[in-house]
Amino acid sequence: MKNIYIKNGLLIDPVNKINRIGNVYISDGKIASITNEPAGFKADEIIEAENKVVSPGFIDLSTRLREPGQSRKATFRSESAAALSAGITTMCLQPDTNPVIDTSAVAELIKDLAKKADYPKIYPIAALTQKLEGTELSSMLSLKQAGCVAVGNANKPVRNLLILRRALEYAASHDLLVMFRPNDYWLGNNGCVHEGFFATRYGLPSIPEAAETIALAQCLELVELTGCRVHFGQLSCKRSVIKIHQAKKYGLQVSADVAVHQLHLTEDDIIPFDSNYHVIPPLRTDTDLKYLRQGLASGTINSLCSDHQPHDIDAKLGAFPETESGISALETLLPLMLKLVEDGVVSLEQGIAALTSNPARVLRIDSGALTVGFSADVCVFDPDLEWQINADTWKSQGNNTPFWGQTLKGKVIYAIQSGRLAYTNT
Amino acid sequence: MNNIQLNTEGKLKHFLSIDGLPKSLLTELLDVAESFVGVNDLQIKKVPLLRGKTIVNLFFENSTRTRTTFELAAKRLSADVLSMSIATSSTSKGESLLDTIRNLEAMFVDMFVVRHGISGAAHFIAQQTSPHISVINAGDGQHAHPTQAMLDMFTIRQIKKDFSSLKVAIIGDILHSRVARSQIQALNTLGVAEVRVIAPKTLLPAHVESMGVRVFHNLNAGLKDIDVIIMLRLQKERMTSALLPSESEYFKCFGLTQDKLKIAKPDAIVMHPGPINRGVEIESKVADGPQSVILKQVSNGIAVRMAVMAMAMQKQGNVG
Repeated sequence: MKNIYIKNGLLIDPVNKINRIGNVYISDGKIASITNEPAGFKADEIIEAENKVVSPGFIDLSTRLREPGQSRKATFRSESAAALSAGITTMCLQPDTNPVIDTSAVAELIKDLAKKADYPKIYPIAALTQKLEGTELSSMLSLKQAGCVAVGNANKPVRNLLILRRALEYAASHDLLVMFRPNDYWLGNNGCVHEGFFATRYGLPSIPEAAETIALAQCLELVELTGCRVHFGQLSCKRSVIKIHQAKKYGLQVSADVAVHQLHLTEDDIIPFDSNYHVIPPLRTDTDLKYLRQGLASGTINSLCSDHQPHDIDAKLGAFPETESGISALETLLPLMLKLVEDGVVSLEQGIAALTSNPARVLRIDSGALTVGFSADVCVFDPDLEWQINADTWKSQGNNTPFWGQTLKGKVIYAIQSGRLAYTNT
Repeated sequence: MNNIQLNTEGKLKHFLSIDGLPKSLLTELLDVAESFVGVNDLQIKKVPLLRGKTIVNLFFENSTRTRTTFELAAKRLSADVLSMSIATSSTSKGESLLDTIRNLEAMFVDMFVVRHGISGAAHFIAQQTSPHISVINAGDGQHAHPTQAMLDMFTIRQIKKDFSSLKVAIIGDILHSRVARSQIQALNTLGVAEVRVIAPKTLLPAHVESMGVRVFHNLNAGLKDIDVIIMLRLQKERMTSALLPSESEYFKCFGLTQDKLKIAKPDAIVMHPGPINRGVEIESKVADGPQSVILKQVSNGIAVRMAVMAMAMQKQGNVG
């Protein structure tokens, strides 16, 4: 394996409290040193990182690569390339594949697909309940042994609270993290946009905040009852932030993330009937956006995810409520994080922590830092480089993004995964 | 977004929603409709305006009144018209909305009149069709029913002459009503003094006041000083989905009876987009009474739809 020498970059590593110009030495797939050249080190590859930021590779807590089952939308190969070009070196995979990740066979299949795509760091999230139906528990221990990093029910609600209680208890017995997106089935009422001005004006079925906050509050009660470790994913509204803040203050072992587009778009930005804005949880209000941003700044929300959901053209071609929800979002993760820095929401260091060390802590994996001895997952990016989202620059197979055609700032120049130079921006 | 409805010169190309259309255009539409009223009284009820044009009525949802008046309107403009009910045909065979449209397009159609159960369907079709085709929305989901709203405006203007002093109350299921949304937008664009909505909270959308209406949950309070009463149809499934307890309780609270009608101004008119549920939202004595203009609305529907079709085709610069 090649020795890589990253020279004169602005190193930012929140865990090791590094924020200065320096070098990174990689050998044997691991971080060998970040200050002095290790004895006998001979660089096979020198990366000039002047005026670039060098950070740990990004860890994305919620993605969908559409395999198995929906390769017409995307494949491991297409999305791995997109992820690496966006500096994402580790991805958690939601279990709503077809078949669902509810047996160790499917988990093994995913590991195979990852290997073939040359993208080793895919962590499947196993289904919390069989087929995500919310009625019977999945074989969580077998799934954990097959490499699943957590369990969750993706966007499918567990309607019966007794089942949810037992699922949390069982997960806790095996020290499994539960990744939970709060979503009350009945209150959600098959809506497609936020219950607010936009829905009222355009007569669209809508989802109130309460669909999220009630499910969140119920789950928090069950966290206290069961002692299960729960991470709340893709929060979308003010009262969720307040509830997580209170729960943490009270001492519950919980954490939370937000999909980065929720920090930039509200219902006011939706171009009427443009299905690229059809996303669940829906884009909400200015107030919600403000609270989510504050939540990130204060650490109540510790991670940013892409909630990547690539789609084929047909999935988004139809009357708005009939189209499939979700945004193709790997490649906008870094630029949208940097925009938060530009908007003064978080420091660059905080923003990087939300993409690296914080999600690593949620998953309890030795990653997300430039610690000597850690697997060398490193991202070198130019925070000021502007690029336009178009067919030439975009790598994901799904073009479904509301940011299509826009010019964003921040581009990855090199991505190193497990010590391998996996992406070079040319 | 709504300028998808207008061509570069600001003329009507599609008619999808009242939202975003200027007052001048709505007034022009009413004036053009006025000029067509006489056609209904001619011995040969036809003008040659759209001769040689092909209009397809695409009804993905059932309708009698709207479909018939669109068909008559097209025929009186001398267009060739084809009416299709596809509620159960193609879509049940798995054909997508877009494929249905593409197939019909291949048959050299000039205009689609579309009714569909999903909000935004007409916008979607307008975006996807070839540039020379006009799309008229005959009702999409809970979003808009602009020709219904304009025939209501036409009827109001016919009787009340001027919009600026009018207080209008819309009563019933606002939440699920595309008619109500279009009416509210039309009334506010045309500049009425006040629009009220009267309904229980279960039948009102969130932040409905943002559409420029005053909200009442009590019929007696809401009807005071009202010039125009618009009743909405109450769908039976509102009971099974726990939005209302029973028809009889609804009638007791929000049904328009002769007694309640007396609370409004003595010359108030009563409107209903139809079909009416006698004894549910409206008493027969009121529906058939002297203040009711319900059948006038239906007749006006033809002239207004002729006007919409003629104006939308005019943008092509090759009308008759």
